[in-house]
Amino acid sequence: MSVLLTRNLCANEAATPAAAATHRPTEGSVHSWDLSTGVDGPGTRFVTFLSGCPLTCLYCHNPDTWRMRNGKRTPADTVVAEAAKYTRFIEAAGGGATISGGEPLLQPVFAGELLNRFKHELGLHTALDTSGFLGARATDALLRDVDLVLLDIKSWDRDTYQKVTGRPLRPTLDFAHRLADLGKNVWVRFVLVPGLTDDPANIEGVAAFAGSLGNVSRVDVLPFHKLGEAKWQALGKPFTLHDTPSPTREQVAAAKAIFSGHGLQAV
Amino acid sequence: MGKVPQMTATPAEKTTHGEAWNGFRGGLWRDAIDVRDFVQQNYTPYEGDGSFLAGPTERTTAVWERLLAMFPTEIERGVHDVDVTTPSRIDAFGPGYVDGDARDHKDLIVGLQTDAPLKRAIMPNGGWRMVEGALAAYGYEADPEVREIYTHLRKTHNDGVFDAYTPEIRACRSSGIITGLPDAYGRGRIIGDYRRVALYGVDRLIAAKRADKEKFNAEWPSEDVIRAREEISEQIKALGELKDMAMSYGYDISGPATTGREAVQWLYFAYLAAVKEQNGAAMSIGRIDNFLDIYLQRDIESGLITEEQAQEYIDDFVIKLRIVRFLRTPEYNELYSGDPTWVTWSMAGIGTDGRPLVSRTTFRALQTLYNLGPAPEPNLTVFWSRELPRGFKDFASQVAIDTSAIQFESDELMRPKYGDDTAIACCVSAMAVGKQMQFFGARVNVAKALLYAINGGRDEKSGKVVVEGFEPVEGDYLDYDTVAERYDAMLGWLAKTYVHALNVIHYMHDKYAYERIEMALHDQEILRTMACGIAGLSVAADSLSAIKHAKVKVIRDETGLAVDYEIEGDYPAYGNNDDRADHFARQIVHDFMEKVRRHPTYRNAVHTQSVLTITSNVVYGKKTGNTPDGRRAGTPFAPGANPMNGRDEHGYIASALSVAKLPYDDAEDGISLTNTITPDALGRTPEERIGNLSGVLDGFMASDGFHMNVNVLDKATLEDAMEHPENYPQLTIRVSGYAVNFVRLTREQQLDVINRTFHGSL
Repeated sequence: MSVLLTRNLCANEAATPAAAATHRPTEGSVHSWDLSTGVDGPGTRFVTFLSGCPLTCLYCHNPDTWRMRNGKRTPADTVVAEAAKYTRFIEAAGGGATISGGEPLLQPVFAGELLNRFKHELGLHTALDTSGFLGARATDALLRDVDLVLLDIKSWDRDTYQKVTGRPLRPTLDFAHRLADLGKNVWVRFVLVPGLTDDPANIEGVAAFAGSLGNVSRVDVLPFHKLGEAKWQALGKPFTLHDTPSPTREQVAAAKAIFSGHGLQAV
Repeated sequence: MGKVPQMTATPAEKTTHGEAWNGFRGGLWRDAIDVRDFVQQNYTPYEGDGSFLAGPTERTTAVWERLLAMFPTEIERGVHDVDVTTPSRIDAFGPGYVDGDARDHKDLIVGLQTDAPLKRAIMPNGGWRMVEGALAAYGYEADPEVREIYTHLRKTHNDGVFDAYTPEIRACRSSGIITGLPDAYGRGRIIGDYRRVALYGVDRLIAAKRADKEKFNAEWPSEDVIRAREEISEQIKALGELKDMAMSYGYDISGPATTGREAVQWLYFAYLAAVKEQNGAAMSIGRIDNFLDIYLQRDIESGLITEEQAQEYIDDFVIKLRIVRFLRTPEYNELYSGDPTWVTWSMAGIGTDGRPLVSRTTFRALQTLYNLGPAPEPNLTVFWSRELPRGFKDFASQVAIDTSAIQFESDELMRPKYGDDTAIACCVSAMAVGKQMQFFGARVNVAKALLYAINGGRDEKSGKVVVEGFEPVEGDYLDYDTVAERYDAMLGWLAKTYVHALNVIHYMHDKYAYERIEMALHDQEILRTMACGIAGLSVAADSLSAIKHAKVKVIRDETGLAVDYEIEGDYPAYGNNDDRADHFARQIVHDFMEKVRRHPTYRNAVHTQSVLTITSNVVYGKKTGNTPDGRRAGTPFAPGANPMNGRDEHGYIASALSVAKLPYDDAEDGISLTNTITPDALGRTPEERIGNLSGVLDGFMASDGFHMNVNVLDKATLEDAMEHPENYPQLTIRVSGYAVNFVRLTREQQLDVINRTFHGSL
């Protein structure tokens, strides 16, 4: 009924990944924006969800962000102006701005401009929420404007990674190494899905890798949930994890313990 | 029926404070009645955390459990018991105890409204019909003798009001465009400075009132002067009755309290006198923790008591505040459900000298929610400031997350207007303690007023003409400019009719149901406010936005009455921090205040207004037809200043910032916002949630937000509580401006709470 400023309106057919990267740097495909607390980085954050994702994770709770053309072509100015309404709040509350998606690095120029302006025009702490699959597209300049990377490592086992995301693991690991070399603060995020990602050896692999990097200040072990299932149905896509339960408290605690075993702060 | 008041004539100079004031600093407060000065000179700010706090004693737990066992019957029957033969007054009823009798009982702080816990009294001065209606609703018969008195011998407030109402006001009342007027029940929202009794003793207060009265002897008896003399005389009598009541429990409170326990007891007797005399809509207790802390701290330092004992006094006192009860009608309960009494206890904030108004007893008051479990009363209200010490902020946030039982209001907005000895009456109404009172005015329905503007004064539900002299809006589509102009005129008519009604009500309330003891604990010269209010703000704002930004087609019935609307296109809704919609809400608040200010008030009260509904948003919605924002007839309004359910699409912070745009200068009686957040939406660990909630409150107040109720709950918990109330005897949830025991709400209201936007994270 009410008009969302940026959500679900006109689609721009010309918006292919390549076009987004090279064409009109002040515009991008935006799914929506939101204010959230404690879930997309520290404190209260202005979160911009960019449209388009090269991954098709089986447990994705935002499958409506997969296609770039389902987003709304939005000038960076518009997003920055929207975020500016919250700088006073965020300055007092603690927090910042997060670019999420979809996969924000599918639109690296647009994402880079937003991060730059959030950081320098609005003076906000910035976070980039990414799978790392397109990490190579993040320029050093873009990363200079990122205070924190929320890096989703969805699996250590390569076959599982491919099964969960439809893509290979390698680029994410390369990106993680690059962030380590840059000394960039990273929170690793790991979604615990019973029967899919919860093999202790798999978790152990992620934990050992993250622990070896030296720049991972925290690991979020995120229990799988099915709150996004309705979105799959709305898109006419089969949700294959319908019968998969959420992990129990004990399963989550066990996963965290594996990360803690590698000197990581797991929450 | 009560005793003849004894006029104890102890002159001020003979009052012995002896050891009572030992070690206390400062002088101003010794020479004049000035509790604020006493507190400022003597309280010890506490900047630490909650680690010093003590748990409940066995005695505390036993006493509370005894009451807990009585609540299920009370909830089931509506009341536990009623004394139908004794109209309440300060010195009515013999002493009563929670557990035991005068010789052997477990109460540390004594005193009940009647002679038994949870037994309700009748207070017919407000209106006899209401007493009789309430008794009938709970299966009691009125006592014929009492009925004779209050129908033939003694006129009531309610009788007086209806003698002076106009037909137009009556029509507004029955159509529901003005609802909840205190014309049949006590207006409440007056906070006696109950601390005065503990600091000075009753005799000194009587002497001061006598001196006040003498000043009028030389004045020509205008109506004001005659009224002042009569009121002061009543106040003095009430103080005498207060002493008698305390004496019936074995306490002589003619002099000041000498210990922490006595300070709590003296203060409680004063409050108890108020709730024995008045069935006020809100009977708030003020700002008392730092005052009590001075006494408790002195006792702890001298080795007289331990922390555990200090906590135990506060726990026992809070138990008493939790069992304040009034006899009310089912209609009243429909408006303000869950049996609320609004024993609002205001705490914290920053003093004008920059010191935090936080002491160990501020922590002890919050600690009662752990020691006794969550409860809606007393309505613990934290004055929030970014400058508060971290330890207190985080403790308050922790308590809010754990219990959903406290509310937060902006110290930064209130301090400049009312000073630093300010307390909230009811939910969001600020007043300087002992120096200010309000004439409570409930609220008008500004959404229905918009429908009246469209229908030229005809009620959209009954079809009756309620307002004369207005033309309906014509045409198939609503034209924004036309509607805005008609709405402006209609709000003008509504403001005038409303203030008219309030003047009548408060004239009669002063005349027939004067708050003798509460006003005895005020200065003689006080500021009065006329507290108007509005409901349906978000519906009205969204309707205007729809008319302006989309196309709204009118559906009329065969009599030409607009009964429904079709919206073509989209419109921006209030609650998304979008000025295109939010400015309508701001404008309505501003314009209605301006219109109210045009009409002179009874006793020259200063006009104010609130954006607050309490739980009446459900009833207001029921009485309002389809609205141009797409809301269906009968659907509840959003509570208070909240955006409509589900239309705030960017999370609770965007929604809160829309509300924060409402101008406090035009709503000095308060702007209420209720947020229900799932724990996940505040963070992933308990520590993170606490820090984040403190941050959210800092951010909201920094953005000029006034009030935030915070519920941290899962929807599933509430759904389960509806099905299995027996498992959730103490589940507390904040609604607009107060907290309720969830299982005491009607099913309709429970559903409203559950259907309200839950802000979670995906």
